[in-house]
Amino acid sequence: MTEATLEKLKILAAAAKYDVSCSSSGTVRRNDGKGVGNTVGGVGICHSFAADGRCIALLKVMLTNYCMYDCAYCINRRSNDIPRATLSVSEVVDITMEFYRRNYIEGLFLSSGVVRNPDYTMERIARIAKDLRLIHRFNGYIHLKSIPGASRELVNEAGRYADRMSVNIEIPREQSLKYLAPEKDHKSVYEPMGFIRQGVLQCQEDKKKMRHVPRFVPGGQSTQMIVGASPDTDRDILLTSSALYSMPTMRRVYYSGYVSVNQYDSRLPALKQPPLVRENRLYQADWLMRFYQFKAEEIADEGNPNLDLEVDPKLGWALRHPEVFPVDINRAPYEMILRVPGIGVKSAALIVSARRYRHLNSSHLSKIGVAMKRAKYFITCGELVAPSIADTSPEYVRRLLTARKNRAENPLQLSFDFS
Amino acid sequence: MIIYRFDGSFDGLLSAVFDSFARREKPDALLAPDGSLPLFYDLLHQVETDSDKSGRVWRKLTKVISASARAALTSAFLTDNPEFPLLALRFISRAVTSSGVSVETDFSDPAVLAVLKECRRVRGEAHRLLQFVRFQKAADGTYFAMIEPIFDVLPFAVNHFADRFSDQPFIIYDRLRDYGYHYDGTELKRVVISSDGYHMQTGLLSEEIMHPQERLFQDLWRAYVKSTAIMERLNPRKQRQDMPVRYWKYLTEMQK
Repeated sequence: MTEATLEKLKILAAAAKYDVSCSSSGTVRRNDGKGVGNTVGGVGICHSFAADGRCIALLKVMLTNYCMYDCAYCINRRSNDIPRATLSVSEVVDITMEFYRRNYIEGLFLSSGVVRNPDYTMERIARIAKDLRLIHRFNGYIHLKSIPGASRELVNEAGRYADRMSVNIEIPREQSLKYLAPEKDHKSVYEPMGFIRQGVLQCQEDKKKMRHVPRFVPGGQSTQMIVGASPDTDRDILLTSSALYSMPTMRRVYYSGYVSVNQYDSRLPALKQPPLVRENRLYQADWLMRFYQFKAEEIADEGNPNLDLEVDPKLGWALRHPEVFPVDINRAPYEMILRVPGIGVKSAALIVSARRYRHLNSSHLSKIGVAMKRAKYFITCGELVAPSIADTSPEYVRRLLTARKNRAENPLQLSFDFS
Repeated sequence: MIIYRFDGSFDGLLSAVFDSFARREKPDALLAPDGSLPLFYDLLHQVETDSDKSGRVWRKLTKVISASARAALTSAFLTDNPEFPLLALRFISRAVTSSGVSVETDFSDPAVLAVLKECRRVRGEAHRLLQFVRFQKAADGTYFAMIEPIFDVLPFAVNHFADRFSDQPFIIYDRLRDYGYHYDGTELKRVVISSDGYHMQTGLLSEEIMHPQERLFQDLWRAYVKSTAIMERLNPRKQRQDMPVRYWKYLTEMQK
């Protein structure tokens, strides 16, 4: 552990930073009293936030950034002339333990470039997890990348020690993937996903029959798609994630706005800025699918294959479907209340329990935390709050809800105080 | 206007509830000892904290609201909001007089909503301790951390650390309230440190009492945090939102 390690860590942290997965939730692992660490269930713990506002929960690092593949969108592609480094197994283990003991991190997120062959790389990844768990009795969170093309035995070995495993799809449609990464196809991605799924299901099955079954990836798996590197529409992306969420072990799909890392490659679009708004809209759509009971087809239908960048996808859906509004706050079922723009999961739950005691009016709603600025066009609560979308038109409501933003952004606009 | 004054403790709050029933009054303000009196008022009642009275109110509460609602109430009580004691008094008064349905989910009542909101604030601060405590290793192997949370939430968080780091001795010290917890590898003890050495003043270990490898790991961590940020997507506002600036003083990655 010397200054040389510091340089290597800098290179390999920078190489791993485009992988956006950061969660440390999904498993409960108590400290058995002999080791170090635990994982708290429910919510994970974000230990720090980097200058780009993204959370740092896990030590996200690559074992090596040498890679035998040449994927157009990847910073670590073979043909890039960048500093390369490799961390030894003991270095990764030491850094993880020492960071963990100082409460810097929640655990380790280990990924790697593919060197020699997928099995060789996967074996080293599994080895680190095994050392941490068995030698250092580490009970913190471990997230491992499964290397596409690795054999089932090695994935199973890694899965015994990991809390979560992931394989990145990167590009939603296979033809786009083949264009940007000719050495890869969707089979190489879905195969290891299948190994992980089968392992988890097998483990659940065994639990019914035996008293002690070793854990297998208790936090499930996640994946990631790059946004804006290929011509795929938001509809393609959302349909893919919706299909992935129907897999019993898929917990999260992440979206990564493409940062132009290989500007010389003419197969990629020349972006000045990563598509941050589009990425944000996709995450909002993802939340709608996971917590608001929306379907991918509803969020981005055939007529609107791309999400509206000006309004969020929930408001977008509401403006396309004026016929279901206004929703009666005091009578409508929970599912309908969830669909009102400006009402989130927390407020919806509060509304449903509070309305058993008395009739709710708009002042109750705004105290509960409903964003009345948006919600008022879509609800009735026994009083006239604003003309509802059914009485006016979607265009009118849309104009009202988007106008305010534009005015605030225009510094040349003079303002007069009439109050 | 009827004004009650209490000693600021939770028992005092329960005694105030008892008094308001015994005296058949609904107070318009419940002041902590440091609260200032308004210019005009009709009546000022000093609540005497009495464990018999508070015990009776608490026993009744255990029958009318759930354990999680009682836990929310005691968490919320740690807030710094000066309005809260009165709202808590109204919440308890309503809970003990209600019959049948528990009032704890009636979120259209400002008192019930206040308990929920203040509870979220206090527990949020406790969670930020889990996030932002940073240990430094001393030469004798003890891990040391200084904190300045806005509420007195160290007792909520300290068991988490004792479980997680069960084989490492540590001290977490709340500088604002001047107490901390020392864990020696087996047992957790509340301690008050009277020393005014460099580390107690700044929260940072000086080079002499630092573990020889500590500096290296701090540098590694700072380098890691710096190189994991994507420069094309700088967003300092989001960073400050999720990691309030008041914590930066003791965060290893934000030093130097």
